[in-house]
Amino acid sequence: MKALARFYLLAILVFLYLPIMVMMAMGFNDSALYELPFRFTTRWYVALSGNDQLISAGINSIVIALITAVLATLAGTMAAVALDRRAVRGRTLLQLLLLPPIAIPWLITGTAMLVFFFWTGIGRGMHALLIGHVALAIPYVVLVVGTGLRTIRSDLEEAAISLGSTPLHAFFAVTLPLLTPSILGAALFAFAVSLDQFVISYFLSTPGFATLPVQIYSAIRKGFTPEINAISTILLVGSMSVIVVFAIFARPGGARDKR
Amino acid sequence: MPADAIIRPAASPSGAAAGHRLPSWFATAALLMPTYGWLLIAVFLPLCTMLVFSFMNATPMGRAPIVFTLKHYKAFITQPYLVGIAWDSLVIGFWTTFLCAVLGFFAALALARATIGRARETLLILILLPFWTNGLVRVFSWTMVLREGGFLDTLWHALLPEAGSIGFLYTRPAIVLGLVHGYLPYMILTCYIALVTIDDAIIEAAQSLGARWWTILTRVLVPLALPGLTTGAILTFVPVIGSFMEPRILGGRVGVTMGTVIEDQFTQAFNWPLGAALSFTMLAVILAIFATFSGVLRRNAGGVA
Repeated sequence: MKALARFYLLAILVFLYLPIMVMMAMGFNDSALYELPFRFTTRWYVALSGNDQLISAGINSIVIALITAVLATLAGTMAAVALDRRAVRGRTLLQLLLLPPIAIPWLITGTAMLVFFFWTGIGRGMHALLIGHVALAIPYVVLVVGTGLRTIRSDLEEAAISLGSTPLHAFFAVTLPLLTPSILGAALFAFAVSLDQFVISYFLSTPGFATLPVQIYSAIRKGFTPEINAISTILLVGSMSVIVVFAIFARPGGARDKR
Repeated sequence: MPADAIIRPAASPSGAAAGHRLPSWFATAALLMPTYGWLLIAVFLPLCTMLVFSFMNATPMGRAPIVFTLKHYKAFITQPYLVGIAWDSLVIGFWTTFLCAVLGFFAALALARATIGRARETLLILILLPFWTNGLVRVFSWTMVLREGGFLDTLWHALLPEAGSIGFLYTRPAIVLGLVHGYLPYMILTCYIALVTIDDAIIEAAQSLGARWWTILTRVLVPLALPGLTTGAILTFVPVIGSFMEPRILGGRVGVTMGTVIEDQFTQAFNWPLGAALSFTMLAVILAIFATFSGVLRRNAGGVA
């Protein structure tokens, strides 16, 4: 029975990774029409280095993901601390309000942003994308940092206060250092959310300013070439590394040791 | 909460008046402001605006007067082809959720009962890893496998050189396959969380009382995992209903769903009010599903406890 179960898990892993592997392999195949047999080449990666459109879209993606990570982590951490450590009226409602950005299909959130930004004159482009990405990332940050806060005992801070520290100083001297792994984890999470975001970016991009997924989508719609495989491979490897780093940072066991 | 006891005196009117220090509620509000202000501007106000737009006669452009109407909410009656598309979308959503539930439940079961320690941790990360990679790229990957002369065809022809193509890109099963691939990790995670807490003693008790594996599965494991299955099903069904990029890339000409119809209204047809009305109809369906199943979930929790 156990052997069967393990075989089944292996089959699931093959199902999850096979198409990704095939896609990556085709980025190293010589044929422009994805024809087999396989002949190794790196020419699609060379061609990519001359594709200014994809490169600038890639830079846009990274810049937006970095700014999103900073802003969302800052705002989200403040909210998480307030929700967990302070007397807040309507706490349940406030926590519930974090769900719509996660639970409503991005298609609806994205089109709503498009309509609102058009109507108010905010328009589309980089600033609009940033507003959208930060809003999507904030709930995740509040959840991750909130989980981290619950593993840190609040009486440590109280002890510092009773020994004459101000509440603000107690927070920065006691709680914040303990919370740093969670905050870093949340920042990486926000970075990954922004880097992989397609739907919202799609509606808020302009012809002059697009992120990598948006550019990849329009390339796929036009008819694809192995260059797309090459850039997709880079994007996948990039976001997978971010998440693996996140998994190492935010290990539940690691947080428990610091009580 | 002792923390509150320290904060509360300052929150009283006397505390606020006592010195130059700002009242405590002010600090709390300042901490909450960035998050909720941001969500207000980026999510809640846009949704309200779109609700208003859904009642407009036409996209407000130029100086044309704005007329309010209910006609876009009657689109399902005046444009009967939409009913067929909505039905197709529901069928795709149903199949995706069903396949995710079956595949995911057994994967979670295998993970919870046949692996331990390091191996289990690694497997869990490996299963969840694709979920945090770009969905678009993963859907694109399937075109490499499913197209005529793609990976699947090559494999098939290696076995049977004379056989025809079995590539099924640009069909409805291709859409479902791509969506299952996208949401399976979610279902495995929610089922795993439910299954991993089940005490070995319960299963041993069932075995020692003569229960066969089928009985244990249907009478013990599935009922105990039901909250996880339900959560996973909601987390799959809701985004699948709103998907538009997967049907477009994997479905080609047959990939017309509610998602693509709504997207068209905003990017091609420029009929924002119709798109908004369809979005809110979809949102109503989703909320109805949430409401139905949150009742089921609560009853389950009550029954177990």
